[in-house]
Amino acid sequence: MKFKSRDLSAARRILKIRDLRVGLSGRPDAEPVLDGIDLDIHAGETHCLVGESGSGKSVTSLATMGLLPKDALEVQGGQIDLEGFEITSATPQQMRRLRAQRIAMIFQEPMTALNPVLRVGEQIEEVLAMHTDLSQSDAKARTLDIMEQVHLPDVDRIYAAFPHQLSGGQRQRIMIAMALVLDPDLLIADEPTTALDVTTQLQILKLIEEMQERHGTAVLFITHDMGVVAEIADTVSVMQKGRIVERAPIRTLLTAPKEEYTRKLLTAVPNLAPRAGRAAPDAAAVLRVEGLEMTYGGGWFRTAGGVRAAQDVTFDIAPGRTLGIVGESGSGKSTVARCIMRLIDPTGGEVVVAGTEIAQMSRRQLGPHRKHFQIVFQDPYRSLNPRWTVARSLCEGPINFGTPKAEAMARAAELLELVELPRDAMTRYPHQFSGGQRQRIAIARAVAMQPDLLVADEAVSALDVSVQAQVLGLLEDVQKRFGIAMLFITHDLRVAAQICDDVVVMQKGRVVEQGAATDVLTNPRHSYTRSLIEAAPGRNWDFANFRALGGAQAEQGTTA
Amino acid sequence: MTELPGSRHSAFQVLSGMLSLPAGARVGIGPGLAALVLVAIVVASICAPLYVPHDPLAMDAMARLRPPSSEHLLGTDPYGRDIFSRVMTGGRVSLLIGVGAAIVSVTVGLAIGLVAGFFRTVDGIVMRIMDSLMAIPAILLAIALVALNGPSLGSVIIAITVPEVPRVVRLVRSVVLSAREEPYVEAAIALGSSMPKILLQHLMPNTLAPLIVQGTYICASAILIEAILSFLGAGVSTEIPTWGNIMAEGRSYFQIKPGLIFWPGLLLSLCILCINLLGDTARDLLDPRMKKREG
Repeated sequence: MKFKSRDLSAARRILKIRDLRVGLSGRPDAEPVLDGIDLDIHAGETHCLVGESGSGKSVTSLATMGLLPKDALEVQGGQIDLEGFEITSATPQQMRRLRAQRIAMIFQEPMTALNPVLRVGEQIEEVLAMHTDLSQSDAKARTLDIMEQVHLPDVDRIYAAFPHQLSGGQRQRIMIAMALVLDPDLLIADEPTTALDVTTQLQILKLIEEMQERHGTAVLFITHDMGVVAEIADTVSVMQKGRIVERAPIRTLLTAPKEEYTRKLLTAVPNLAPRAGRAAPDAAAVLRVEGLEMTYGGGWFRTAGGVRAAQDVTFDIAPGRTLGIVGESGSGKSTVARCIMRLIDPTGGEVVVAGTEIAQMSRRQLGPHRKHFQIVFQDPYRSLNPRWTVARSLCEGPINFGTPKAEAMARAAELLELVELPRDAMTRYPHQFSGGQRQRIAIARAVAMQPDLLVADEAVSALDVSVQAQVLGLLEDVQKRFGIAMLFITHDLRVAAQICDDVVVMQKGRVVEQGAATDVLTNPRHSYTRSLIEAAPGRNWDFANFRALGGAQAEQGTTA
Repeated sequence: MTELPGSRHSAFQVLSGMLSLPAGARVGIGPGLAALVLVAIVVASICAPLYVPHDPLAMDAMARLRPPSSEHLLGTDPYGRDIFSRVMTGGRVSLLIGVGAAIVSVTVGLAIGLVAGFFRTVDGIVMRIMDSLMAIPAILLAIALVALNGPSLGSVIIAITVPEVPRVVRLVRSVVLSAREEPYVEAAIALGSSMPKILLQHLMPNTLAPLIVQGTYICASAILIEAILSFLGAGVSTEIPTWGNIMAEGRSYFQIKPGLIFWPGLLLSLCILCINLLGDTARDLLDPRMKKREG
């Protein structure tokens, strides 16, 4: 693995933050949100801020932009010095001039950061119109130029396009173009690739690096993804609870982390090397999917063709085994999961769960079979009814299937213990729990039905890495204890490598490759699988053991 | 708080839990004042028979169009009836119609909206019927309905309710449409919950907050529409005093006896103002954006 190792201490220092303290507005005695942040960024440097959610990464960037929400957060001390200009005491007018011209920012979700009713070209031009005296034709020329620079294809067409007509990657390119059109000294990127697919992420990371080299911009890059950090960082600051606990050049941090917290964070990052496969049991398959097909739309007479979200998907899972479906967004992996759960009705094919064909059953017939298959969703904040106590959520299923309430309650209490939540969690509401705890509750709710098959649809994607590791451990634990077959949908190859026995790779609704996880992930046959693996950031680094991954795999990755 | 909600909680706890009111939400002095005035008007109207000095229907040919005096606080009307007694008694029917219309239209609208929002097949048909109802001006429809059913209290409430229902249905349907996509609803389907259970226990609570707000507006507009109907002669029978009836009768004597229109008009306006103010407050309190700022 090649890390950046430039010496930037001689370069001009763009940003100097000293002892920055941010707290809740009007409550100086409350616990601070940022507690004494020091930060230096030099021209041409990429400085990564990493940490789990709630550690204060984004607040640091907002304070630097002077964009703290006024009625909630305020700077309570310290200084933010942008080459001699003090940001903490700047007036709104000064800040407005400063933004775009000297500091620019790109966000995680380019769809919401762009105005949906204006053409993207006009939106870039607007930045120029506000901050420069360029004539209209000059502004347009400059806009087209920057759009070329961020490698947008067919610039004239995209200039006149609306945000919804572009792909996620193209939108993020527009955001980058808009941020860099005035050639700022400092670019703040707040999780700019988190919402993108891996292959697109790789392109955007390359683009940011290229633009940085061309313009000599300093980049403050905020991310939770250690893989991305390994790819792009010069220097890394690890944040925890509003403090920077460790700062080091990237190589030092990944090979010899000093702080306990940094070690914990790195150890939790799953490896891209698949774990050793488990012996396949002899038992008959719990889930058998054959020729599953799902076509959306297409009109009454199927003349329009419709969207084929899944075609000819075939696989099976034995009890106690885990099968992963991996692929990028739009590959149809969630469609398959929802068809199997019968949340949508497949247009063709067979789904056999525990010996019963369910794909063609009517909703009414399906009722009694529902208890055999359960699902855990991605977003732990929306998968529990916010108005229901945990106990009520846990008992809902068993009561539907005729379990007396007292018995269901007793079982719910046991399950809470199993997922390591305190007993008093029963009477509390979902908003009183963290994301990881809620996901545990959702798992307990699914397990309460004693299913034969558990579908986990991106079940750990919304969680911090350390929590992710715990929830994966819990899922495996539950699987062992009850011998459940698991269908694991994920876009994250690292997660797939850690938990799956078998893997199905999907692209555009079709299965392009399937087999044992060890085979597919170390010896991919299809070019799409290969490009997925190659795009995974930091794939050659074994984060948990602070060293490069075993030579053979690294070789394969690069030569493939 | 050891049992499932709904079993031993007080009604208030359940309600505020369902509406998930932000803790410590503060309300200004305006809404408090509005509530006070409204309660005063309501209590005064309900208790009117206990304290009004005259029978509101008793005519007295010897005492027509009297000015205010100690015997007739606000004077008398062209038939010698006591205006004060009539205005206070009239409030009862007006308020009854307002509250009745609000409750009926919210209940009916909720039921139709839940079904329309959840079942795609029913949705198309129900919503087109609602659209056609909305296309007819509310007052015209109300007049037509009263003309069909004859002028009674019930038919006036129905006449006011029918044009309001589509608005409620649209509101409920839109809430259900977005809530049914929530993963917790899909989880309930996966857990084998029946459709009525999902509708009533998962989806309906989401609609309560906007419905309470909508209900107050319907209540205010129903009182107003009742007055308009009475004024046009299409309301409840003229023998029953309502604010609208009193004003309708008084309009020909407006120049010699402005009190005939002024007093019921004043109470009517105050009432509507207060209800709308309370509705606005409820909307602000229940608005999710407010919640975010608080929590």
